[in-house]
Amino acid sequence: MRNIDALNHVRGESVYLDDIPVRQGTLYAWVFSSPVAHGRILNLDLSEAEKMPGVVKIFTAQDIPGQNQIGGIIPDEPLLAESEVHFWGQPVAVLLAETELQARLASHKIQIEIEKLPVITEPRDAHKAGKLIMPPRTFTLGNTETAFAGCEYVFEGNAESGGQEHLYIETQGAYAYVKENGSFYVASSTQGPTAVQRHAAVVLGISMSKIEVDVMRLGGGFGGKEDQATPWAVMALLGTALTKRPVKLALHRPEDMRMTGKRHPYSSDFKIGFDKELRIQAYEVTFYQNAGAAADLSPAVLERTLFHCTNSYFIPNVKATAYSCKTNLPPNTAFRGFGGPQGMFVIESALAHAAEKLGLETWELQEKNLLKDGDEFPYGQITEGCEAQNCWQTAAEKYDLPKLREEIAAFNQQHKFLKKGLALMPICFGISFTKTAMNQSRALVHIYQDGSVGVSTGAVEMGQGVNTKMLQVAATVLGIDPNRIRIETTNTTRVANTSPSAASATADLNGKAVQMACEALRERLKLHIAIQLDLPENTPIEIQDEQVWVAGKTVELPWEKLVFSAYWSRISLSENAHYATPEIHFNPAIEKGHPFAYHVYGTALVTATVDCLRGTYEFDSVKIAHDFGSSMNTNVDLGQIEGGLVQGIGWMTLEELLFNPEGRLLSNALSTYKVPDIYAVPKEIAVHFMATQGIKLAIFGSKAVGEPPLMYGIGAYFALRNAIKAFRLEAVPRFSAPMTPEKVLLNLYPDFGT
Amino acid sequence: MTRFILNQQSICTNQPPGLPLLDFIRYQQHLKGTKIGCREGDCGACTVLVGSLENGHVTYRSVTSCLMPLANAGGKHIVTVEGLNLPELSPVQKAIVEENGTQCGFCTVGFVVSLSGFCISEKAPTVQKAIAAMDGNICRCTGYKSLERAAGKLVTNLQEKSAENAMRWLVENNFLPAYFPEIPQRLESLQAEEAAETVGIPEEKVAYYIAGGTDLLVQKPETVQLSAVKVLTRETGLKGISSDVGQIIIGGGTTVEELRQSPEMQAAFPELHQYVKLVSSTQIRNMGTVAGNFANASPIGDLTICFLALNATVFIRKNEHLRELPLRELYLGYKQLAKDPDEIIEKIAFDIPDANTHFNFEKVSKRTHLDIASVNSAIRLKTELNVIYEAHFSAGGVGPVPKYLNKTSAFLLGKEIEPATLKEASEILQTEIAPISDARGSETYKRLLLRQLFFAHFLKLFPETITAENLL
Ligand SMILES: Cc1cc2nc3c(=O)[nH]c(=O)nc-3n(C[C@H](O)[C@H](O)[C@H](O)COP(=O)(O)OP(=O)(O)OC[C@H]3O[C@@H](n4cnc5c(N)ncnc54)[C@H](O)[C@@H]3O)c2cc1C
Ligand code: FES
Ligand code: FES
Repeated sequence: MRNIDALNHVRGESVYLDDIPVRQGTLYAWVFSSPVAHGRILNLDLSEAEKMPGVVKIFTAQDIPGQNQIGGIIPDEPLLAESEVHFWGQPVAVLLAETELQARLASHKIQIEIEKLPVITEPRDAHKAGKLIMPPRTFTLGNTETAFAGCEYVFEGNAESGGQEHLYIETQGAYAYVKENGSFYVASSTQGPTAVQRHAAVVLGISMSKIEVDVMRLGGGFGGKEDQATPWAVMALLGTALTKRPVKLALHRPEDMRMTGKRHPYSSDFKIGFDKELRIQAYEVTFYQNAGAAADLSPAVLERTLFHCTNSYFIPNVKATAYSCKTNLPPNTAFRGFGGPQGMFVIESALAHAAEKLGLETWELQEKNLLKDGDEFPYGQITEGCEAQNCWQTAAEKYDLPKLREEIAAFNQQHKFLKKGLALMPICFGISFTKTAMNQSRALVHIYQDGSVGVSTGAVEMGQGVNTKMLQVAATVLGIDPNRIRIETTNTTRVANTSPSAASATADLNGKAVQMACEALRERLKLHIAIQLDLPENTPIEIQDEQVWVAGKTVELPWEKLVFSAYWSRISLSENAHYATPEIHFNPAIEKGHPFAYHVYGTALVTATVDCLRGTYEFDSVKIAHDFGSSMNTNVDLGQIEGGLVQGIGWMTLEELLFNPEGRLLSNALSTYKVPDIYAVPKEIAVHFMATQGIKLAIFGSKAVGEPPLMYGIGAYFALRNAIKAFRLEAVPRFSAPMTPEKVLLNLYPDFGT
Repeated sequence: MTRFILNQQSICTNQPPGLPLLDFIRYQQHLKGTKIGCREGDCGACTVLVGSLENGHVTYRSVTSCLMPLANAGGKHIVTVEGLNLPELSPVQKAIVEENGTQCGFCTVGFVVSLSGFCISEKAPTVQKAIAAMDGNICRCTGYKSLERAAGKLVTNLQEKSAENAMRWLVENNFLPAYFPEIPQRLESLQAEEAAETVGIPEEKVAYYIAGGTDLLVQKPETVQLSAVKVLTRETGLKGISSDVGQIIIGGGTTVEELRQSPEMQAAFPELHQYVKLVSSTQIRNMGTVAGNFANASPIGDLTICFLALNATVFIRKNEHLRELPLRELYLGYKQLAKDPDEIIEKIAFDIPDANTHFNFEKVSKRTHLDIASVNSAIRLKTELNVIYEAHFSAGGVGPVPKYLNKTSAFLLGKEIEPATLKEASEILQTEIAPISDARGSETYKRLLLRQLFFAHFLKLFPETITAENLL
């Protein structure tokens, strides 16, 4: 089945936040933010701005009726700055005017006087200064100290990976209006409707029941709208509460880039030890996470870095410590992979470093140490249904790795100023929210009396195709034509207490709930059939292809008739199901447990060509063998692999967030922050769908696919690095992503200017 | 008043001439299919087609409506996705659906419009050209492969497009709604109405002169829409490319795409397409003009750098007064020009390259396409028997102005093309430049890069004489 939204998308008829027809009297909001990264507000003068044409109201922290607090995990983040500002772009005041341009023009008239305080932008500096978001966490397995003592080879080094702007093409936004009796409605472009509802209630000082959050769809999220859609929705609601008029707040791109957090940059130290056979015996790693100015989701992201610090390898002795460091950048947040990629980049760097020292190819170390069933992860979970070696071998055979290597060697022999590099990138990614309690979901399914069906879940559609998958589940379980089914907006009055659409788990969690609800309805209908047709007990009844089948034969009871008769027999045609992932648990006190429902595996072969005169590069191909389980929608899943991969390549190559020492974002527009365009993507992307063992915790055995492919992009970094080394044998480029053309050229010609 | 046709509807509006067309479409006409991703021309979500009447035919070009001043829509046919929709999906829409080329969908309309423009205009469709038509559209979800596949499918469909009556074929095959063939006539009468009422703003009231708007609407989005602006795009005196007594003369209002299409330019520069492909995107090239590139005084303007090496002369007009100035004398300091704000660059002239002339342009940016250069450079040499007797070498991104490298150019004169000379020249050029570290690269990188690009010029122009191994 194709993405059910595609037909509307290509006609421009899909409705996004800014497309909602506005109500009469709507006010437009513009956010005034801090022009410095750290300081004390001495004076805030709104008087000139208030006199500007069209301005109706300017509000600040002082106007907040409830608490000025939107911290999700740790309550450390004000909606609007009070006495201090902690990052450049921190919201200070919100202007409401009759038009957006008026609000914007008025914002230039706000006078703010700030006493500057020292700015920290680097996580290690924050660590030194004792500025941590929370106490450090350490995962241990075995004993690294004794293991290192027994190692034949031990290597140490460090690695850095940069942040990443989400660059959802639809910017953040919300549209709020008053209902009645002190209650409110807000349409929000959020991955987490419940987060919006919960924080809005706190800020407005009212109960959650008085706030209805509705989400139609997102023009991209990638984690950037998991927690960080909240402030804008809350500001719109607050504006509405203060003026009793509808308020629309849609950020412009530079404001979005300046005010919102991104993927966390990391700086890390590693130490890795091998035995004679080159099996990894011990691995120690310390992560310094750049959390930005408030916790946001950093603690959870940090946790996933630890979970994935050994990627796809078995290491019997591990000690991994992570510091969440408080800096004066916008609070960094979820981004596809959620800390996992950052952890994996370090182990891959450690292996590349070791291989360099040992005079080997990295793949020799990678292959030797791949996970297998029964291996223990550093967090205590035992590997089951492991596909790491299967994926590796499949990729190597399917894409003829030996031949590829030969071709590259021959090319490099022939060309002096064009060099190719190859890297293999295995991945292993755990599926579930690592916070076990969040692995719950609900679905509300109505069968209307004409036989049509409405499905509501907590899943937010943002391009990942979750609505399509929900529709497939409902149609399959009910045995009806998908055209009868409508997937409703995500709305807190229909499905409450939702977990955000994140952690790649949305289709699994919500799909299971839809499955349960539809199964309950189907069973109820079957009972009704048995009674209506007066069938003997245990007669097999099926509903398939819109028909009723009794003991293998159709009876004259098409779906519509069946539903209609059930309604007139006073049978409930609505069902609300609740699903909570079984088997998973995790105890943070000992950092052990079984946090993941399952793992997803895969291997990518990445080939790059570097122009060694100019330092520019291209990716010839990325060839992937990916563990899909039994994919329930190959169209959607292929799109996730290709898109995730390209986003990962972007993170590792072009996408460079530049902050100056004052904490000001320099790459603050699409003209300076470059994501892949159509020419920047690999010339060839091949995806081999591996039909691997069915996993019962995956919906219909179809494994989660949202985040894992992003990590294939890490291979891009190492492919470039290998190409550089092919030009200059003695080159040892620092492990520092992204590998921009600038870094490539400086690595090719390190002696220039000296 | 601005008069144009928006899809099927005739528009006559007194909205500000500097208002972005995008805002007019979305917020006044409530056509919400056209999306906003950046308002800076960099994402393509707002792409629309602009149909211009040219010799009785309408030529459609894609543009980013966020940077198109409303006044530039005057006399045109503006097509949004709503104006392309038929009860059934068009082949473009169908190809994208079938190849799963849409995920979140926010970029999708931009791709649909860009590809539709390609289908209308392209006479010899190839997959490469279809992909090129999407070079100004960013998608953050799909990774583009599905869109490439959709392009492939489309091109197959288009092979049957008849050359003589392309419009009829497109309508019959569901690419376009049936109202399209009537547009030329409607535009003709619309332009007649326009001509009857033309009332310009008096020169002394003009706050901004605006051509394509691709620079001004990015730099001053608020003020431009609030000010009295005068659009230069409709001044016929600024149009056209011609050659005359050994020179090519280019109207200041020539767009980058027109430059690329020009037979004169193609004859003079066999590699023109390769160079132009590195400049912005299809949408921006369809709007941005040569004089706009010169006058915005960006130190890394690609055209400026090329024309500096071509040793071009600009002709500057203020009312009746026309004066000449070598382009390299136009730049006084950062964004400071040797001309008054109300002086208009009317045309540009340079010598047509002869058999002894060698020209090359190099550009390196973080992303190869749709990106501003970290460093760009052009060179024009005249040689005989491997000896240089004329040299003009320019570089951008290495100082406050687009730089003509006097010393290096002078040094090359009379020299034989051989490695030692080039190495020496590469030292001299370092003394002429003053790059700063910024978002486009560190100072060291820019210095190194210019050296490399300097060498690249010779490697490309004289492969028999010079090899990289000799230089590096
Ligand atoms: C997304 C994007 C990508 C871009 N990429 C590139 C790139 O790769 N390379 C590059 O070089 N540039 C690039 N640009 C910059 C811009 O497109 C070019 O500089 C373009 O040539 C500007 O022309 P314009 O007609 O649009 O200028 P406008 O915005 O209309 O005007 C710019 C300035 O020039 C003045 N001006 C215009 N015409 C005249 C005239 N005839 N006489 C006197 N003054 C005049 C205007 O008053 C104004 O001050 C890019 C811009 C965008 C938005
Ligand atoms: S909105 Fe991005 S190009 Fe116009
Ligand atoms: S489909 Fe989401 S940006 Fe292209």
